[in-house]
Amino acid sequence: MIEVAGVAKSFTVWNHGGAVIPVMRDACLTVRPGECVALTGASGSGKSTLMRMIWGNYRIDAGSVRVAGVEVAGAEPRTVIRLRRETMGYVSQFLRVVPRVPTLRVVAEPLLTLGVAPQTAEARAAGMLAAVNIPERLWALSPTTFSGGEQQRVNIARGFVHPWPVLLLDEPTASLDGANREAVLRLIEGAKARGAAILGIFHDEGARARVCDRAVDVRAFAPPAAA
Amino acid sequence: MTADTPLLSVRGISKRYGARTGCADVSFDLWPSEVMGIVGESGSGKSTLLNCLAGHLAPDTGAILYDTRAEGPRDLVTMAEPERRMLARTDLAFVHQNPRDGLRMGVSAGGNVGERLMATGARHYGRIRAAAIDWLGRVEIAADRVDDPPRAFSGGMQQRLQLARNLVTGPRLVFMDEPTGGLDVSVQARLLDLLRGLVRQMGLSAVIVTHDLAVVRLLADRLMVMQGGRVVESGLTDQVLDDPAHPYTQLLVSSVLQV
Repeated sequence: MIEVAGVAKSFTVWNHGGAVIPVMRDACLTVRPGECVALTGASGSGKSTLMRMIWGNYRIDAGSVRVAGVEVAGAEPRTVIRLRRETMGYVSQFLRVVPRVPTLRVVAEPLLTLGVAPQTAEARAAGMLAAVNIPERLWALSPTTFSGGEQQRVNIARGFVHPWPVLLLDEPTASLDGANREAVLRLIEGAKARGAAILGIFHDEGARARVCDRAVDVRAFAPPAAA
Repeated sequence: MTADTPLLSVRGISKRYGARTGCADVSFDLWPSEVMGIVGESGSGKSTLLNCLAGHLAPDTGAILYDTRAEGPRDLVTMAEPERRMLARTDLAFVHQNPRDGLRMGVSAGGNVGERLMATGARHYGRIRAAAIDWLGRVEIAADRVDDPPRAFSGGMQQRLQLARNLVTGPRLVFMDEPTGGLDVSVQARLLDLLRGLVRQMGLSAVIVTHDLAVVRLLADRLMVMQGGRVVESGLTDQVLDDPAHPYTQLLVSSVLQV
């Protein structure tokens, strides 16, 4: 479902005289349906960068990124927009929302965009919020006022509210304790069981060992200069 | 969802003011239900471009092909004036930064909304009033304000009224010039939420000019960055903002104050 082949990426920083910083070369990986693959490597080695190239918010200089058979690299915006709407979910480390929009609506929004009826969408959103232990009295409030851990769980509820065939998870269990971590790991196991292809970044080694089938060390993709 | 014809196909639009460049050789396709943001500093040509697209300014060169319901793609630049004005009253809409430019300040709120309906041939007073009240509700203005003039409204309410007036005819394409520009941040958030909902429910396409990168991140699927009248970078909104390639875009993104 995810096929990354021969991908290279560098950043050009114009306010430093156009310095070119190579960050990746010849990156390759495959994630099959029902499989959870971990990206590993030290902080700064390019795990999130690789994930963003699959999500499509980072461009690539060479190679190919295919999601469900669709080429993401160099694709027209509408191709990627459709892929994100229908096929690929992403739990980033940041929750970006319109201020003052209730949490329930924030979680329901991907379903509304897919054309699901508002009542159905909100019922499913409510189920997801309950699954990640967000108390019902918070559902009518904007998540911008929530704690870091609560925001993270709202982000996860939103990322699992639709059964996307592909999931990208950037530190889904970071800043979560006991019961909440367990709730998130169960969601990941559930997504695997229904056949989702999952690519994840987990600093939490216990979590990684439990849900991931194998790991890909991104240090193997470091460009020679930075290696 | 996979329409094969862009709703709007802009080809090589240029506009000069004497020796000065307004915008130069701008081309893009806008697809149904897409929201595109145009960012750039004052003088970058973004408002000139928007005004050319909306027919307020005549471009010197180029074509603006709009996929009309009846006849498919037609060039708005060469279209006869009466036909273009009919489109502008029905299928197209323009939301000004200053509600005063888009509303009739001496006419009641209901009259402002009803007027656009009447311009498209509606004549039945009861139905026009009912549609106006319905639309005031959709933009969160209480029905008991229907007879008040916009003068009596706050800035945020005026801007929502301008939206109602524009959307009552069920347009397919909306042009917006800094729609959240003059508003307090809390009022801005409400308008953004409202806009997102309307875009989704009505399947609207929109071109939004703004200098506010936070607004485009939340509202636009795609982004075009203009400098000196030219498009210097374009792509998915998060692609342009998270991985800016052009020196000017990098400067723009790195200049935003963090809160």
